[in-house]
Amino acid sequence: MAEKMTLIGGRSSKQGTALCVGKLGEEYLDVTTIVEMNAEDMARLGLQSDSKVRLRTETGEAIVRCKSRDTKDLPRGLLFIAYGPASSQLMAGDTAGSGMPISKNLEVEVEPVREDAESHGG
Amino acid sequence: MSDENTKTVSNATCTFCGCVCDDMILTVDMEHHRITKSQNACVLGKAWFKEHSVEERPFALISGRKASTEEGVEEAARILAEARYPIIYGLSDTTCEAQRVAVSIADMIGGNIDTTTSVCHGPTGMAFQSVGESTASLGEIKNRADLIIFWGGNPAEAHPRLFSRYAVTPKGMYTPNGRKDRTVVLVDVRRTASTPVADIFLQVKPGSDFEVLWALRALVKGRKVDASIEERTGISLAVLEDLTARMKRCQFGALLFGMGLTMTRGRHFNAGALLALATDLNEFTHFVAAPVRGHGNVTGADNVVSWQTGYPFGVNFSRGYPRFNPGEWTTADLLARGEADAAMIIASDPAANFAKGAIEHLKRIPVITLDPKTSVTSQIARVAFTTATYGINTPGTVYRMDGVPISLRPAFESPYPSDEQVLTAIRERVRTLLGGNRIPAGTPLAATST
Repeated sequence: MAEKMTLIGGRSSKQGTALCVGKLGEEYLDVTTIVEMNAEDMARLGLQSDSKVRLRTETGEAIVRCKSRDTKDLPRGLLFIAYGPASSQLMAGDTAGSGMPISKNLEVEVEPVREDAESHGG
Repeated sequence: MSDENTKTVSNATCTFCGCVCDDMILTVDMEHHRITKSQNACVLGKAWFKEHSVEERPFALISGRKASTEEGVEEAARILAEARYPIIYGLSDTTCEAQRVAVSIADMIGGNIDTTTSVCHGPTGMAFQSVGESTASLGEIKNRADLIIFWGGNPAEAHPRLFSRYAVTPKGMYTPNGRKDRTVVLVDVRRTASTPVADIFLQVKPGSDFEVLWALRALVKGRKVDASIEERTGISLAVLEDLTARMKRCQFGALLFGMGLTMTRGRHFNAGALLALATDLNEFTHFVAAPVRGHGNVTGADNVVSWQTGYPFGVNFSRGYPRFNPGEWTTADLLARGEADAAMIIASDPAANFAKGAIEHLKRIPVITLDPKTSVTSQIARVAFTTATYGINTPGTVYRMDGVPISLRPAFESPYPSDEQVLTAIRERVRTLLGGNRIPAGTPLAATST
C-alpha cells in the first residue's frame, strides 16, 4: 500500500566523494539510490534496512533502497535522498518563473517493492 | 617513486566547493601525473585531488567517434553558428577566464547563457535584487562574528571546512577563544552531521522557513506574534523570542544559508525574508547574511556574467543586447519547454541533474560538452571535449563564496587543453563562420525579430 511522504533532496559526504570518482561509477549510483526513512515509518510499511521502495511523483518514479533513521533525527513522514539520477526522475520541470525546480519537500508516494524488482532511477 | 619525480605544491587551492580553501599542501607524483597527498584538505577535497589524475580519454568525441580537439572545435563552431536558439550552460566548475570567453560566445551567436546558479542560489540572486545584501567576507566572520546562524544547510557534509576555517572553531581577532566565543544556531528540517556542532537547533517543519523568518522579523521589530506559530512551524514562541534576543544583543551576527531555502516552495521569497531579517537587525547590531555556495567557482560565474551582461544568470542575447528573466531564460525552463536547438554545456551535467522533461529535450538537440570526466551529458553529446581540470592542471582565477578572488596554483600539466583554450578556439571559428556577431551592434530591433 502506498503512503504519501515528503522527500528532501540534498548533498552528503559520500555523494561528494563518489562524485569525484565519477558520476557513472557504481559508488555514485549506490549512494544516490538510498533513501533515508524514519524507523517507525519503515516498520509500519514492513520495510527493513536495504528494502526496496518505489518513490512516485506526478512526474516520474524511482526504485531505491531504504536506510533507517531515528525519529529524533528524521521525523515521521520525512525522507532524505542524496541528489542524483533517481531524485531527478521525481522533479517536475516547472519553476514558477524562478529558474529553480522544486527539489526539496517533494510530495512522494512510497510503496514497498518486491525484492526481485530491479533497482533503477526511472 | 624517486624524489626527483615528486613535487610539493604549497598554498594550492581546492575547487571542490565554494570554500575554495587555498592552504592545500599537495604532494604530486610527476611521473604518473597524480596527487598522492593533499594536506589540509577535507574529505571532499581529498577525493577531489585523488580522483583527478590524467585519464586516458580521447581529446574529443564527435558522435561517439574519436577526434582531435581541432576537429571538435570545427564541429562545435558549426553547430553554434547554425543554431537559431543556442544555449550555453554550466560554468561553475571552471575558471573566470573561461567563463569570460563563454559569455562572449553567447553574445556573438545571439544565444542564451546561464550558469548552475539558476538551480542553486538563483532565487537568492533574485532576492539580492529586490531586498539587498548585508555583506561580509569569511575573514570578517571569522574575526568578528559571535553569533552564527546556519539556515537550511548541512555544512559538515557539503562544506566541511566552513566550520573549522571560518565560522565555528577558528580563533579570530575579536573571537580569541574560537568556539567558546561563538554561539552557533542551526535551523533545518532534520538532524544532520552539522547538528552536533550547534548550541541551539531549531527543527522547523518542512515548508515553514518563510513563516519562521517572518515571525523573527516581527519580533525583532517589537511586534506581537501569536503562540500558534508553533503549530504551523514546529518552533515555539519562547524559542523564537530567545533567538530574537540573542540576535539583537550579539556584537556581530551572521546568517549563512543554504539551499534549504532556495530549492523549496517560496524560493526567492524565503531568501528575501532572511536577507530582510539581516537588514532589520542592523538597527540594533551588526548583522550580515550570505549564501553558502556549492561549486568551486559558482560565485565567479555570477560575477563574470554580471560584469559582462549586467545580470548574474539566465541572460539572453537574441536581440543583440543582454536581457534577464528567470523562468524564461533559465536553462531548466527553456529546456523543459523544448525551446533550445543546440546546447554547449561547460563543466556541468544537466542530463543527470535536471528534471525529466528538460533531460528529454537535451537528448533531442545537438549538445557540446567540455568536461575532464565522462558524464551523463557527455555521453549524449554530439561533440564531447576532454579538458584539463581547473586548479589541478590549469591556472586561473576563482571566486570564493564570499566574492574573494583567488589565484589557482596547478599541480601538474595535463595533455588536454583547458576550457578557456577550447572555448577561445570555438569563438574564433564561430567568428569566421558568422563574419562577426550574428546581430551587429546598432541593428534596429525590427530587424532582429523572428
